[in-house]
Amino acid sequence: MGMIIQGATGDWEVVIGMEVHAQVTSKSKLFSGSATEYGAEQNSQVSFVDAAMPGMLPVINEKAVEQAVRTGLGLKAKINKHSVFDRKNYFYADLPQGYQISQFLQPIVGEGVITIDLKDGETREIGITRLHLEQDAGKSIHDQHPSMSLVDLNRSGIALMEIVSDPDLRSPEEAAAYIKKLRSILRYLGTCDGNMEEGSMRADVNVSVRRPGEPFGTRCEMKNINSVRFIQQAIIYEANRQVDILEAGGTVDQETRLYDSVEGETRSMRSKEEAHDYRYFPDPDLLPLEFDDAFIEKIRADLPELPDDKKARFVNDLGITAYDAGVLVAEKEIADFFEAVAKGRDAKLSANWVIGELFGNLNRTGKSLSDSPVSADSLGELIDLIKDGTISNRIAKEVFEEMFETGKAAEAIVEEKGLKQVSDTGAIEAAIDEVIAANQDKVAEYRGGKDKLFGFFVGQVMKATGGKANPGVVNQLLRPKLDG
Amino acid sequence: MSLDKATVAKVANLARIRVEEKDLEPLAAELNSILGWVEQLGEVDTENTAPMTSVADMQLRWRTDEISDGGYQEDIVANAPGHEDGFFAVPKVIE
Amino acid sequence: MSDLTRLTIAEARDGLAAGKFSAVELTAAHITSMDAARGLNAYITETPEKAVEMATASDQRRAQGTVGKMEGIPLAIKDLFCTKDTLTTAASHILDGFKPKYESTVTTNLWNEGAVMLGKVNLDEFAMGSSNETSFYGNVVNPWRRQTDDQPLVPGGSSGGSASAVAAYTAMGATGTDTGGSIRQPAAFTGIVGMKPTYGRCSRWGVVAFASSLDQAGPMTRSVRDAAIMLEAMAGFDPKDSTSVDMDVPNFEAALTGDIKGLKVGIPKEYRLDSVPAEIQSLWDKGIEWLKAAGAEIVEISLPHTKYALPSYYIIAPAEASSNLARYDGVRYGLRVEGKDLADMYSRTRAEGFGSEVQRRLLIGTYALSAGYYDAYYLKAQKVRARIAEDFNTAFKEVDTILTPTAPSAAFAFGEKSGGDPLEMYLNDVFTVPASLAGLPGISLPAGLSGDGLPLGLQLLGRPFDEETVIRTAGVLEEAAEFTAKPSDWWRG
Ligand SMILES: [Mg+2]
Ligand SMILES: [Zn+2]
Repeated sequence: MGMIIQGATGDWEVVIGMEVHAQVTSKSKLFSGSATEYGAEQNSQVSFVDAAMPGMLPVINEKAVEQAVRTGLGLKAKINKHSVFDRKNYFYADLPQGYQISQFLQPIVGEGVITIDLKDGETREIGITRLHLEQDAGKSIHDQHPSMSLVDLNRSGIALMEIVSDPDLRSPEEAAAYIKKLRSILRYLGTCDGNMEEGSMRADVNVSVRRPGEPFGTRCEMKNINSVRFIQQAIIYEANRQVDILEAGGTVDQETRLYDSVEGETRSMRSKEEAHDYRYFPDPDLLPLEFDDAFIEKIRADLPELPDDKKARFVNDLGITAYDAGVLVAEKEIADFFEAVAKGRDAKLSANWVIGELFGNLNRTGKSLSDSPVSADSLGELIDLIKDGTISNRIAKEVFEEMFETGKAAEAIVEEKGLKQVSDTGAIEAAIDEVIAANQDKVAEYRGGKDKLFGFFVGQVMKATGGKANPGVVNQLLRPKLDG
Repeated sequence: MSLDKATVAKVANLARIRVEEKDLEPLAAELNSILGWVEQLGEVDTENTAPMTSVADMQLRWRTDEISDGGYQEDIVANAPGHEDGFFAVPKVIE
Repeated sequence: MSDLTRLTIAEARDGLAAGKFSAVELTAAHITSMDAARGLNAYITETPEKAVEMATASDQRRAQGTVGKMEGIPLAIKDLFCTKDTLTTAASHILDGFKPKYESTVTTNLWNEGAVMLGKVNLDEFAMGSSNETSFYGNVVNPWRRQTDDQPLVPGGSSGGSASAVAAYTAMGATGTDTGGSIRQPAAFTGIVGMKPTYGRCSRWGVVAFASSLDQAGPMTRSVRDAAIMLEAMAGFDPKDSTSVDMDVPNFEAALTGDIKGLKVGIPKEYRLDSVPAEIQSLWDKGIEWLKAAGAEIVEISLPHTKYALPSYYIIAPAEASSNLARYDGVRYGLRVEGKDLADMYSRTRAEGFGSEVQRRLLIGTYALSAGYYDAYYLKAQKVRARIAEDFNTAFKEVDTILTPTAPSAAFAFGEKSGGDPLEMYLNDVFTVPASLAGLPGISLPAGLSGDGLPLGLQLLGRPFDEETVIRTAGVLEEAAEFTAKPSDWWRG
């Protein structure tokens, strides 16, 4: 559902397009052999090429090409077997060459599509305009020296995929769903780690407003936003700002704006705007990038099952609700965990345990799945104990808490604490007799037609057995005895 | 197509070359003379000609993804007119 | 001992092998000669200590039986090649104090073959020029003078320092780079041999870039044989340069068979320009006769787009340069002129750091790529370039090599062409630029003297990666021309 802003003069619809810069997962940079790892000492992962020393030349990393194609296939996009690297010329302190090697007219990947998941299991298709490969810039630090900015080129030359969406998004929620889905796909593919805090994924968000059904309005671009929450906040602020201008009879200037997450506002970056003329031209140090169908097919054959397909399978083959399936496939790690639990077991029960108990406890303790004290195997064993009647569902929850706290196996805890369910008819019969004897008045009422009291007796029997009696067996034996 | 002073100033700014006001006019004249001479390219029929994209008849070679370079911070900043603790130092950029 | 500096590389190689003299002696002779020739201003940086050190190591290698193709041969290196820990300037103020922490592939190849570095030689700033009048380090003087006057003459450009150093016997050979004729034209002006190999034959890694799609390194020597020997040492596949061609380097010297019987030599009719002096036309005709006499078949050919080569070159080269030279911004190396902010620092640094010819070309190039003009200038020029390359392709279906003059004039005096109109200077490259645009191999060799006693060159062009035919034909021409004139050594201090 789109976001509608009600102005005094009528409704305004919000239109959003995104350009996401995703860092390609690779050991070395796009055009040089230096490392890409995050957090290294300044200028320690810089080659003479990355520092644009005189006479240095780019040589392309095959992994970056592969990853771009892989991502393109994951986005069901057109793969261009012939693409061209261009130079985008501009001066900036963290751009040592004075140009960024990028792809302009002929990108490696063309049009594709992403299905985003909205509330209530609703989905929407968002168009992908293109994906191209380009170099990242370095990083300037402005707050470490009183009069100087300090430049670190460790990031300079790292391979990025710029993934551009069509202006198909209509609300901050859709924008959030888009970026989450894109991140999920990239992680499934292993082409980007999606770590927004470390800057492996940043979004340029284009926002405009219009009267519903009318042509697009003038857009503003907010660059380099690195959290889903900030993206949503920036859209809300910016859309309202534009509506205010238009409602007051003004016009929106097309410009680049900075989102200030501290102030919660967007600000003009006109200083950076002046004389934008990137003078793109094919990089004469490189030849066109070319590969054949066999190269593409080899990558295609190696694609993992992607979240949409996985979700469909969970729903259709495993009988899981669309909502639960959506939760389980959002992260590949979760889906893998779930599948390990559910293997050879009741899938719905497994899903309930993963989403309910496991996630509940992880959330409560602020842990991520990767440091869960309960492994998929041991959660599976717990479910087995429920299934074979060793413990009841209620006891199982107790056991799980213990497992989560101590990391012990389910069986060990059940054994240790003597939680094994009692199915022995003799013992249960004895307990029933005891309960009946102690509650003769209630027995009379029951026999007088007050059927509802049956539950009371079950409860009493369970209590008498310390909760360990098998409820099925209790039911079976209790009824004839009460009926007399 | 003829360059005026303002265009020369704009181009000089794009190229980040400071040009004194008094030099704009003579520069415009020089550049116009060169560009005027270049105009003769218009005589060549290039309707069905693709622009030259590579001089050598070959395909782009790909490098294997290995860490084979970097790790020499000192050499990277050795020639810098301004450096500080392994960083390059430039006049403060205000965003 | 006779003057060792007068030997060719091939002769020195034989002398060293026979133990007639050592590399240290050979180098010492050249250091003395280099000292005496300071008036020519050929060197920006002399590295005599390094030279002696390298020569000593060379003698030791020889004693141990390891001998490279250029073992013990002292060379001058154009100051466009990055040399580790040795000042590298591109003859520009903007590279003040720059000592690279790396060595270019071409010079690495030469040192691996045993060559010795005498120093870094002057050039037009960033190789932009045809007369060596744009260097921050001053003009290079041509060792040749007219018979009629004592006026100092230009050595040609941009590899003017290389040409002058070799012609004045201060080095046995020099590296050059050729973007639009920068090896061939100065070779012609100084009476030496200069060869630009096929684009992709020599690695561009570590060579300060001027125009990436045109730049090629090549040898400048005093004989065709020397050029063959030196090119073989310089050339080779380099995985660090994406435009370097993965191809074996032939034994170029072996191409000098002296036999060109049946070889088809093309004479492009479009190169007969009215503006070219009669003595150059007649030297060309002589060249045709020499080749004919040696058994070659002369074929008139047409290269219809020749006329458009210069204007397209003067868009493409500046456009690429405007981007290649963006890295000189005062941040990571070289000159920095402080300003009120970063942008101001950039524009002051670049205004002071670049000379006027470089600035002019950067502005033209920036304009040619800018919004609204890209199609009309850069794209159009690249299309015309494709047609020029096509012309050569067609011609080379019919002929094996092409013979032309190298330059439309002999060496001229300082200021003669660098006064007002830059176009006058640009026209100097009229015969060399077309092959550069097409990436073809070409050689210039001295073939005669002008009326006032200055050397004139003839140029041979070949098919891509067929340097061997070019060298073989050049060898025959060299022998027929019997060019033995030498400049008087007025410069010796
Ligand atoms: Mg953007
Ligand atoms: Zn981008």
